[in-house]
Amino acid sequence: MAKDKSEYLIERYNNVYEVVIGLEVHAQVTSNSKLFSSSSTKFGAEPNTQVSLVDAAFPGMLPVINEFCVKQAIKTGIGLRAQINKRSVFDRKNYFYADLPQGYQISQFKYPIVGEGKVVLDMPNGQKEVGIERLHLEQDAGKSIHDIDPQNTLVDLNRSGVALMEIVSKPDLRSPNEVSAYIKKLRSIMRYLGTCDGNMQEGSIRADVNVSVRLKDSKELGTRCEIKNVNSIKFMQMAIDYEANRQVDLIEEGKSIDQETRLFDTKKNETRSMRSKEDAHDYRYFPDPDLLPLEVTDEFIDNLKKDIPELPDDKKKRFIDEFKVSTYEATILVSDIDTAKYFEEVVAKMGKNKDIKLAVNWITGELFAVLNNKNLEISQSPISAKNLAKLVNLIKNGTISGKIAKTIFELMMDGDKDPQIIVEEKGLKQESDPKALETLIDKIIDDNRDKAIEYKNGKEKLFGFFVGQAMKVSGGKANPQLINEILKKKL
Amino acid sequence: MTIDLKTIKHISKLSRISVDEQKAQKLAGDLNSIFEFIEKLNELKTDNVEPLTSVAETTLKFRSDEIKSENIREQIIKNSPEDNEDFFVVPKVVE
Amino acid sequence: MMSNITTQSLTSLVDNIKNKELSSEEVTKAFIERSEKSKELNSYISEDFSNAIDKAKKFDQNPNFDLKLPGIPIAVKDLFCTENVRTTAGSKILENFVPTYESTVTQNIWNEGAILLGKLNCDEFAMGSSNETSYYGNVQNPIDKGLVPGGSSGGSAAAVSGQLTPITIGTDTGGSIRQPASFTGTVGLKPTYGSCSRYGIVAFASSLDQAGPMAQNVKDCALLQEVISTYDKKDSTSIDFKRNQYSKELNKDIKGKKIGIPKEYRVDGMPKEIEDLWQKGIQYAKDCGAEIIDISLPNTSYALPTYYIVAPAEASSNLARYDGVKYGFRAKGENLIDMYEKTRSEGFGAEVQRRIMIGTYVLSSGYYDAYYLKAQKVRKLIKNDFDEAYKQIDAILTPSTPSSAFKIGEKKDDPVSMYLNDVFTVPVNLAGLPAISIPAGHDTAGYPLGLQIIGKAFKEQEILDVAYAMEEKIGFKNKITDWWIK
Repeated sequence: MAKDKSEYLIERYNNVYEVVIGLEVHAQVTSNSKLFSSSSTKFGAEPNTQVSLVDAAFPGMLPVINEFCVKQAIKTGIGLRAQINKRSVFDRKNYFYADLPQGYQISQFKYPIVGEGKVVLDMPNGQKEVGIERLHLEQDAGKSIHDIDPQNTLVDLNRSGVALMEIVSKPDLRSPNEVSAYIKKLRSIMRYLGTCDGNMQEGSIRADVNVSVRLKDSKELGTRCEIKNVNSIKFMQMAIDYEANRQVDLIEEGKSIDQETRLFDTKKNETRSMRSKEDAHDYRYFPDPDLLPLEVTDEFIDNLKKDIPELPDDKKKRFIDEFKVSTYEATILVSDIDTAKYFEEVVAKMGKNKDIKLAVNWITGELFAVLNNKNLEISQSPISAKNLAKLVNLIKNGTISGKIAKTIFELMMDGDKDPQIIVEEKGLKQESDPKALETLIDKIIDDNRDKAIEYKNGKEKLFGFFVGQAMKVSGGKANPQLINEILKKKL
Repeated sequence: MTIDLKTIKHISKLSRISVDEQKAQKLAGDLNSIFEFIEKLNELKTDNVEPLTSVAETTLKFRSDEIKSENIREQIIKNSPEDNEDFFVVPKVVE
Repeated sequence: MMSNITTQSLTSLVDNIKNKELSSEEVTKAFIERSEKSKELNSYISEDFSNAIDKAKKFDQNPNFDLKLPGIPIAVKDLFCTENVRTTAGSKILENFVPTYESTVTQNIWNEGAILLGKLNCDEFAMGSSNETSYYGNVQNPIDKGLVPGGSSGGSAAAVSGQLTPITIGTDTGGSIRQPASFTGTVGLKPTYGSCSRYGIVAFASSLDQAGPMAQNVKDCALLQEVISTYDKKDSTSIDFKRNQYSKELNKDIKGKKIGIPKEYRVDGMPKEIEDLWQKGIQYAKDCGAEIIDISLPNTSYALPTYYIVAPAEASSNLARYDGVKYGFRAKGENLIDMYEKTRSEGFGAEVQRRIMIGTYVLSSGYYDAYYLKAQKVRKLIKNDFDEAYKQIDAILTPSTPSSAFKIGEKKDDPVSMYLNDVFTVPVNLAGLPAISIPAGHDTAGYPLGLQIIGKAFKEQEILDVAYAMEEKIGFKNKITDWWIK
């Protein structure tokens, strides 16, 4: 079997290992209020200011479910092409922790709201399907802060009770790159659906990563370790890389791997055992008697289906068919809902005589570079889709050259200026009058008689010299295509 | 079936209730007599019985997604045995 | 001032206030005065007397006689959270807990013009059948010195029976309203699960807990039920069904009603006086024109073991929130876990700890199926028994308890014999049905004995009617000697 270069394998002497990865992604549901209480979910508030009596588990307080969170979970399930369970049950997961006020987390254990589904990844060597095991709704915990007070731990319950979707993948992932692609795809789908804002800096997506290794071509799964609560793709990749190598080393040394929960230390870039916590883990799940089974009708689900927007896979297909962009370009354009929106707006604003290829180049080239430099999201782009469309049109209809366009692009960033106005104000309009250009070229040939003769005698390299001179004399405004034509004729 | 001291200690750990030797002995005695009484259930065959989910014969009612609870930090923290006005305070957690 | 204020029924107090024979202040002061003289009963955990007088005066200044409980002072079980009034649930762990919120049930009472007198003693977290597990001490049964009032609503039952409050509310998880009502010669109703909101009631076992009225007679009980039973969106298990005007619709005519007598309630070792009482009850029902039908509830004997799995399991989880972090008692600890373990070990009493341990055990890995799941299956069978029986009858008549009130300390060290107290009451909670206990006679020592009438779900009116009819035939008189008043 030919070895695929994109495969992630770990080699030791004669042994080649592959890594088996499954992810439990915790995605914060986009909603105004919490899953079982009516306090705000807004990020970044002062500590304990978004805490209701229910969130702080005061005696006699009871959970009441937020309909919108249920809809969000079902929509996400539809986006993951998953089975929607018309009946699901909330269970209590019992454990003690400072930031878990009830002494249990309300979650779904045996009967989740969403069952099996799948996600398709676009990898460099083709598509890869990743199975979804389930998706369930649960409460987030509060936050324990260990580094403000040297003697004590401080507890902030603002997050306590915020709705999370736990999305459990099948152990279908085989490399850190696939994990990255998977998280990005999930994030993309949820952002299209508006069910999770995908803001990883704010902790909207976190994951528990299950890692095991096995000899390549082996069918059996190795003992897995769970790396808890990793909150960036980079850390997930680093953690997997470290953990996989650690496990391989253990096997090579003839040692066994303990099934355990591990923590990724972002300072040392290594995983370490959380065995102390593991000991007491017996969550004693049982159906929450404060809640009844969650039942939804076919009609309820059908109404949500009507609300599902075009998702990245379909959009990509359409972009390829409709706009004739390449698969690669389409993949980039649909990867994030805001990019896709921007692109579609540019296309719409370009009007009839549009050059989509050129627009794509400007978006994925100049615009992405600027956003990257300034660390901005496309939704915060300093240049609106409308003005970018105008710019592309100005190039397309020959008003400006590509080179001038770059200058104009820079100027547009200052307050999203209209490129047409910049062209007029600065007099940057391309010189495309053949007569004017002929006069200009005649003068250049006149001034450089010797070089003209050399050219005629076969020194063809000199053609470039004349083009350069023409551009220089015109201040870059000469239409390069016309210059070429006239020069060829005159020389 | 008997519940031994080791089990008592395990469940006391899960319950976060400290027990000393004497208390464990007493609990083991109590629990054993209670479970002897509970074991009566084993007489019943229930293989084909669906467990009861709720006696409330109704479906789960939804709440609309509105923010109704404002900042009540003072109320929330008021009853706390130890706090610093902004946070609940607990002895240092060692991970 | 009328000297006999505290002996009056709720209904006559309401009438006297409405026709201005009495002021709220007079009524309130009378109950406070008697409560002050009754410290030995230890009915109260927290008194709110001076506020009560203020509220009564305020009511009198601007009375609203359209309300159902106009200016009526009421003491309530200390399991209901009351805004700005300490709420302990009979536990040390909530010794200094002052809620900033009000339970729906108590709010309903205040909305109808009632005035809080104070918070009544109960078993710790409602776990007990004798009020002996309260951190705040035993309650004496007004019937006789040294006698338990039953539990867990022992303080409530003693307060009604001893006339420290005209009516009260208790909670019933396995018999906690009906058993103390039976022990004190009072009337207690456990409504259908979902009838009264659980919002703001300190939880014991969520799938079984129900608040309910306790009173001196059936009519008062019906009136209070009418006030406290409301659909509440804050409780997901609250049920939106058509509620009657229970007191207005009360009807003594029960001719032709079919009353079932379950043979399985004739338990081994049941005292003869209980059997005799039951037979008497059957006769009264017949005298009222009811038709008596023998029925079978085959899984009755499994109810108590089932209950002692389900209730502790839920309790072990419900009581996890008492961890010394947000409210209540906290013991010093070297680290978080040490603090938890000491707080819960020092803050909870022995019975509560015992039940948390049972609950933790039956839910723990490897035992869930054998205990908890099994119990939920049996619970289904028990509910099916009732559903089946109700196809041919309207209500069921049984004794309320297998014995009359026992002596303080008598069963304290034998949890199983204590649990057996609830043998007749527990099946009702497991099936979520309404049931009422009415006083129906005395044992040889002169202690009251109660009969229980169990209804179909949501048919509170039906069992109140049966109770109302039988109450008249029985003509029970409680023998209260005021022995504790010096």
